[in-house]
Amino acid sequence: MDSTIFSILLLDGMTNGAVYALLGLATVLVFSVTRVIFIPQGEFVAYGALTLAIFQTGQVPGTVWLLLIMAVLAAVLDARLSWLHSGNAAKAAKAGLRTLLIPAVIALVSLWAAPQNFPLLVQAALTVAIVTSFGPLVYRLAYQSLADASSLVLLIVSVGVHFAMTGLGLLFFGAEGFRNPSFWDMRVSLGGLAIKGQAIIIFMVSLALIVLLWQFFSRTLYGKALQATAVNRLGARLMGISTIGAGQATFAMAALIGALSGLLIGPTTTVFYDSGFLIGLKGFVAAVMGGLQSYPLAAVGAIFVGLVEAFGSFWASAFKEVIVFTLVLPILLWRSMAGGHDEEH
Amino acid sequence: MTLVSTLQHWLHNARVQRVTVFACMLLYAVSPVPDFWITQLNYIALYSLVILGLVLLTGIGGLTSFGQAAFVGIGAYTSAYLTTSMGWSPWLTVFAGLFITAISALVVGWITLRMSGHYLPLATIAWGLSLYYLMGNLDALGKYDGIQGVPALLIGSWDVSQGRSFFVLAWSLVLLGVFGLLNLLDSRTGRAIRAMRASVLMAEAMGVDTLRHKVGIFLIAALFASVSGWLFAHFQRTVNPSPFGLKMGIEYLFMAVLGGVGYVWGAIGGAVLTKLLEDQLQVLLPKLLGTSGSYEVIVFGIVLVLVLKYLPDGMWSLVGRWLPKPERVDDWQRAAVLPERTKPALGETVLEVTDIRKQFGGLTAVKDITFSIKAGQIVGLIGPNGAGKSTTFNLVSGVLGLTSGTVKFRGETISGLPSRDIANRGMSRTFQHVKMIPEMTVLENVALGAQLRGSKSALSSMLRLDRAEEQSLLREAARQLERIGMGHALHEQAGNLAMGPQRLMEIARALCSDPALLLLDEPAAGLRHKEKQALAGVLRQLRSEGMSILLVEHDMDLVMDVTDHIVVMEFGTKLMDGTPAEVQQSPQVRAAYLGMEH
Repeated sequence: MDSTIFSILLLDGMTNGAVYALLGLATVLVFSVTRVIFIPQGEFVAYGALTLAIFQTGQVPGTVWLLLIMAVLAAVLDARLSWLHSGNAAKAAKAGLRTLLIPAVIALVSLWAAPQNFPLLVQAALTVAIVTSFGPLVYRLAYQSLADASSLVLLIVSVGVHFAMTGLGLLFFGAEGFRNPSFWDMRVSLGGLAIKGQAIIIFMVSLALIVLLWQFFSRTLYGKALQATAVNRLGARLMGISTIGAGQATFAMAALIGALSGLLIGPTTTVFYDSGFLIGLKGFVAAVMGGLQSYPLAAVGAIFVGLVEAFGSFWASAFKEVIVFTLVLPILLWRSMAGGHDEEH
Repeated sequence: MTLVSTLQHWLHNARVQRVTVFACMLLYAVSPVPDFWITQLNYIALYSLVILGLVLLTGIGGLTSFGQAAFVGIGAYTSAYLTTSMGWSPWLTVFAGLFITAISALVVGWITLRMSGHYLPLATIAWGLSLYYLMGNLDALGKYDGIQGVPALLIGSWDVSQGRSFFVLAWSLVLLGVFGLLNLLDSRTGRAIRAMRASVLMAEAMGVDTLRHKVGIFLIAALFASVSGWLFAHFQRTVNPSPFGLKMGIEYLFMAVLGGVGYVWGAIGGAVLTKLLEDQLQVLLPKLLGTSGSYEVIVFGIVLVLVLKYLPDGMWSLVGRWLPKPERVDDWQRAAVLPERTKPALGETVLEVTDIRKQFGGLTAVKDITFSIKAGQIVGLIGPNGAGKSTTFNLVSGVLGLTSGTVKFRGETISGLPSRDIANRGMSRTFQHVKMIPEMTVLENVALGAQLRGSKSALSSMLRLDRAEEQSLLREAARQLERIGMGHALHEQAGNLAMGPQRLMEIARALCSDPALLLLDEPAAGLRHKEKQALAGVLRQLRSEGMSILLVEHDMDLVMDVTDHIVVMEFGTKLMDGTPAEVQQSPQVRAAYLGMEH
């Protein structure tokens, strides 16, 4: 291997690693606030990339209809809950409408915007809005009423959500893959190494998001409230922090990160309806390296996973997935040796 | 006996039930049902074997795995490869498959199970994926095309790998698995597994090596899956990676949850329901949606979430309550008496605690506490809330590690030992908040205390070779329950007991381990007046039999009534110690409790 190949692989690994870092952070975020091991994180990636791809063809993505259906279901549930609590029909209707409002507006705008062939960035913004709205709805429909269940049950729910979302992805996007246009068609040549604009965007966005998350949790009151929820749900509730609100906000953030990751990788590879799962799981391997609780370790782990994958695909391309996923075992061994004896419950 | 009562008696007899089920299976095979339904049930048998393992792992043990399909794959590929490339007999390859499966399961389990519960499922996801890609990329295994021409299973010249004869083979193995699991659950090992799920702390205090049991049930579940894979390879006569992928791994868990992951028979119910549902959906959904594709996963996903929400015990919980339950037969009356350890002589020092200290970061919870207990003595440990009593208690019993100081038990230094080793030396404890297995009977809960007095393995339990020992353990449990006056409640479900009897049951469980020293953590909390009097009677009786007791308690009447010596703690330090009369008269103690004269 000469130095050119080495630097190409290095760049490739770092670029993918940056995306895995985002997904790893989302995984840590969701787990630490809600105790949910969020397997379907990768589905948001695929939904993001593919929703944009369908917008590009001038059609209405199926995710818009799914968004409407889920919003109506959630609205009905919220209205019913409010009715059971207060017995006041006006209040119940209000609660339902509040849940319905934002997703409905986003869906209507998407329906109107789809055939207009707006510029790429407008479509990307719409895509982010759509996919991000899925976050709170998924939490509302699948997890909210089980929030106090054991983390084993929550994990099995995650698997169910993953199944449903993959199947729906197939229904909406079909079995064909899509590759999105690049956001920035630029190439810089740096000593024989071609750096693409998209790679630069990936690095910038990942870095910006990591800094934003870090600032959010250490500097803002709401970020601290979310952390409090993570430590002790009951205690947080007694302090007036809504655990339901915390759950929905966390899932919105996870979906946002997923959608952005989808936009970032869309131009670099062909995305299929089920591609998200593997990409998300690589973020997971990174998160496991951070013990599902450390953001910096998860980010470092992600770059590591990206590099292993890049060099693995060079030396043994058929076995690159085998190598990446078997990596979990030595990582876990290292964690258990390093004293990761966290007692359960 | 009338005919009806004889029939009823038979209905509740476990052996009769099993023979009936087996006979029904054989009858089904020879009955003129269409071949289609034989084939369907053949697949269901293959699924059931895997799900049986998941029932043990998830429903009973509280762990889970999404990688069971990978173990099926190991069983299938090992046999396919060895029979086609090496010419081995399929009757040998099953053992080769089991061997490789066992090694993989031990490695994965040993690495992940020392950490908290959610790492096992995560590791099995990764493991399942990497194995899938490995099978699909190895030239020797035919890459994604797999291996064709796997030989049939022959007994002489009789082909048992298809149709009705395969049905009998597969279902015999399933029923063997079912009966083996039922046997295991009703044994010393089964109680240990349930205890581990209820509380690792309690299980360890009863002498259960929880890590070993966790790895053990993961291993058993993997071996069940491996057998299913072996059958699959010779039934299909070909293998390729797709049925062993992660999707199938998740589907197995779906079947288990749908059927009722806590019930052995629920495993089969879940497999039946899923197979029927899948067949219907694969026809119906493409018609409905107008395109082809495996859309049934959408329904599976949604059903899985709904079942966990609205029917967490699965379908079997609806069916199971209508079926006759096998009753425990009182067969231990003439069992051999368990050997007892030699007890310390009256007046000999049993426990010697010297300058023990526990720091949590900057907080010193227990500071240089010293006291000792002699055989036949009840020592009370009292103090206001937050004085460090429970911490002291946990330091002595090995639940917490010491920062400094030593604990000597019967002349041997035990500080630093894990709680199960301390239990093994004859120290037994109860818990401030009762820790029991609510769905087991009182007798079974108490028998858990005798865990270390038995030695039969999981395998001998599955084969029912442990009955003599089991009867001895149950006899001891019954004896201890009678000793504390609960002889009438042996077969009641522990979860139905009131607070008082639950605490007494914990004492009986501790006694069942044949201890030289009993540690009781607030045994009178939440008891009514009469129950407290009864408890005091029990404690006095135990002392008169030579037992030493360390009692942490808030109820002063009880403490002053039964103890010989009292240690008073405040803010982690020892305030004083002395006889009950001395303590009562001490102005220091009054000040500590009532906050005056400071």
